[in-house]
Amino acid sequence: MEIKELDSVVVRFSGDSGDGMQLAGNIFSTVSATVGNSISTFPDYPADIRAPQGSLTGVSGYQVHIGAGQVYTPGDKCDVLVAMNAAALKTQYRYAKPGATIIIDTDSFGPKDLEKAQFQTDDPLQEMGIDQDRVVACPLTTMVKDCLKDSGMDVKAMLKCRNMFAVGLVCWLFDRDLEVAFNFLREKFAKKPAIAEANIRVIQAGYDYGHNTHSTATNVRRIETREKKPGRYMDITGNKATAYGFIAAAEKAGLKLYLGSYPITPATDVLHELSKHKSLGVTTVQCEDEISGCASALGASFAGALAVTSTSGPGICLKSEAMNLAVIMELPLVVLDVQRGGPATGLPTKSEQTDLLQVLYGRNGESPMPVMAALSPADCFDAAYEASKMALEHMTPVVLLTDAFIANGSAAFRLPDLSEYPAIQPPYVPEEMKGTWTPYMRAENGTRYWAVPGREGFTHILGGLEKDNQTGAISTNPENHDLMTRLRQQKIDNIEVPDLEVLGDRDDAELLIVGFGSTYGHLHTAMDELRARGHKVAMAQFRYIRPLPRNTAEVLMRYPKVVVAEQNMGQLAAYLRMQVDGFVPQQFNQVKGQPFVVEELVNTFSKLL
Amino acid sequence: MAYTFQDYKKGQPRWCPGCGDHFFLSSFHKALAEIGTAPENIAVISGIGCSSRLPHYMATYGMNTIHGRAAAIATGCKVANSKLDVWQVSGDGDGLAIGGNHFIHANRRNIDLNMILLNNRIYGLTKGQYSPTSPRGFVSKSSPYGTVEDPFRPAELCFGARGHFFARAVATDAPGTIAILKAAHAHKGASVCEILQNCVIFNDGTHESVYSKEGRQKNAIYVEHGKPLVFGENNEFGLVQDGFGLKKVEIGKDGYTIDDILVHDAHCQDNTLQLKLALMGDGDGFPVALGVIRDVEAPTYNDAVEAQIEEVKAKKPYHTFAELLETNDIWEVK
Repeated sequence: MEIKELDSVVVRFSGDSGDGMQLAGNIFSTVSATVGNSISTFPDYPADIRAPQGSLTGVSGYQVHIGAGQVYTPGDKCDVLVAMNAAALKTQYRYAKPGATIIIDTDSFGPKDLEKAQFQTDDPLQEMGIDQDRVVACPLTTMVKDCLKDSGMDVKAMLKCRNMFAVGLVCWLFDRDLEVAFNFLREKFAKKPAIAEANIRVIQAGYDYGHNTHSTATNVRRIETREKKPGRYMDITGNKATAYGFIAAAEKAGLKLYLGSYPITPATDVLHELSKHKSLGVTTVQCEDEISGCASALGASFAGALAVTSTSGPGICLKSEAMNLAVIMELPLVVLDVQRGGPATGLPTKSEQTDLLQVLYGRNGESPMPVMAALSPADCFDAAYEASKMALEHMTPVVLLTDAFIANGSAAFRLPDLSEYPAIQPPYVPEEMKGTWTPYMRAENGTRYWAVPGREGFTHILGGLEKDNQTGAISTNPENHDLMTRLRQQKIDNIEVPDLEVLGDRDDAELLIVGFGSTYGHLHTAMDELRARGHKVAMAQFRYIRPLPRNTAEVLMRYPKVVVAEQNMGQLAAYLRMQVDGFVPQQFNQVKGQPFVVEELVNTFSKLL
Repeated sequence: MAYTFQDYKKGQPRWCPGCGDHFFLSSFHKALAEIGTAPENIAVISGIGCSSRLPHYMATYGMNTIHGRAAAIATGCKVANSKLDVWQVSGDGDGLAIGGNHFIHANRRNIDLNMILLNNRIYGLTKGQYSPTSPRGFVSKSSPYGTVEDPFRPAELCFGARGHFFARAVATDAPGTIAILKAAHAHKGASVCEILQNCVIFNDGTHESVYSKEGRQKNAIYVEHGKPLVFGENNEFGLVQDGFGLKKVEIGKDGYTIDDILVHDAHCQDNTLQLKLALMGDGDGFPVALGVIRDVEAPTYNDAVEAQIEEVKAKKPYHTFAELLETNDIWEVK
């Protein structure tokens, strides 16, 4: 048997929404991660609420990218496509690389299936121009039934195990140790051992099928592990990591975590996740609207909680008013914006970076508010932790931007040790200020003190009307308003954020690639590819957008050419041009609701060199 | 420690002379002194409007927030820290127009808030537009030919949202106001107190019939749980049930005796008759009902949230972030 060594491989599991493709992908990525491969995954859900079985709109996919070294994205196109039915082949083949291995279940390619998938002939492979030699066509359903015939299960239950056959086959293809998969299933179905054992039998059957027939199909490929960071890992989506970040920050700060939210795609999973963890004292209120989500969080903040509101772009429109109130009342609040395609309802399940200027400037008055953007699913944890810390320590609302791509995508997450994270110390008003304290007295860094209700001697009134800098009473004095406006700005400008990191050819790059947030992986991979071709390229990805890192101007002006690449019409570029005198970058803008395609980035950037 | 009204008082109110807000504020200070919660354990939260200036005149914690959102902000405040006494103060525009959604949901959820609705049937701060409680045909700057819409009746909205407490007082009636504020505080759950008051500049006399003591003797009925529903200068009138409605009768006439008069039941789960009482007086020949009209015990949202947290804490084996991590599928890379 020939074993080919590969650097990285992309597998796409696709089938009907009910075929369990996510679980299949999950098991394969876990098995790979356990041997130390780097992983990145992305689910592709259908937009329909419940499409008919076997129809084109009902297909869901789950893409897994595993690598010997670091992988930063789920991959543009796949090396192996698993198509559990005809509709999946029809819609998903375009995500396959030329020459990719295609695994199909011939039992799901009957005349009815072909009709539902709108094939014109009875030979779908020929119709789509797929080379027979690259196809592993197996009667998967029949074999699953055969394998489980003495299990006592009914047919419906048996068919639920079909996805495991595909997992077994793919595991054989990549020379994977099945023991990890078995353990995964035994844990997942701990309360239903019979189900676990059935699934295990089917995985083994899939593996054996590959082994027994390999000469006729394709060769085993192996992804060795080059870079290993020892530790304990779990698979995590961006939304889950964000929720975990808030929980960790509240625990570290010794505060109750309060989430005010209203269901909205693609942010709702944060509400779901936090709602589960009442045993940690997490309080979640599903409010009557987005407005109340933010307003009630602000009320909770006043009462002394770590207050969070979660939403997506349309929700930000509605929350802006209460976000502004948080600015003038100078209370801590984290506003999570899981961006999606807009404007209005736009593309609810798709990803964009089009809310940047909205969160920076979309409020009445001078309303400075820190803005951060998470880089990857796992980075959502640190970003949520840091946003919470910033809000609490600087008495300000903070916007954390993620998006549908990293919120739903997953990656291996090294279990964090909270004791290694920096302390969170809100500026509680010192007891000795009793009698002399007024609400807008400031610490050295310009931050207002926090007097939480319940403390005797510190009763005070906050509000949306401008206040006197000294007494805290309502004031319309022109000089005072000008001063308060500057003080609120100064407070944000004073926040220390890490310097912008330059990756790649730091010293002699001809081109600097600039982006923010979730495009980190695609831009990094594009840079690696360009450098592999011999070009001198560097990149800088913004994680802190307001305030900007202190070295921003220096980095942006250091290189002969700069391209700002973002999934909007140039919002970061416009913002940077406003902040950095004389900065005129090239721009790469795409607003398709889909992640960048590395190949397109490489081609575009090559032309700039 | 005993408190006096001075302990809750701060600053010099800036409302127009004669405004109902002055009367209410004074009664509010006195009621708080009688209730006796320490000022630092009270949060007074308002929206925007003339009456929403009120927190600035309180020596408690407070927020004068944004238009319409007081109930939402108060909700978060109470749920995050249920030890606080939370009073939410809104006018008719703030509470029922722009804030109508939060008003009904705070009632539906039964958050333990004391919700004060200062109803002068006008937008005063923006200088005289009709409000959602202005009567049909009301002439104002924004309705020079009269409005062509019907008003909300606050009790109806409160009951429609499954509210469990509704009381009413006239701002100039200090004992009546203090009594319902104390009852609202004693009630566990969302309690709505409608305060009838005049806007001397833009809507003077809107509650004229009950604004003076004499007027109330003639045109109001003070309802009290367990007491017969009698009214009039010498309590010579009473209310009886008549088919699906109420009827005003004179005691001693047409064979009606005091024993025929309906006895008020504020604790009755069914709000049918309470609603009828609350809606009286709209030019229908019936007196305006004042006092606690509905006061029914029900589980509060904030208590239920806390109870659920305790329940889940006892059931689930993880209580720290580190323990939470361990509940996931974990693998080790060596």
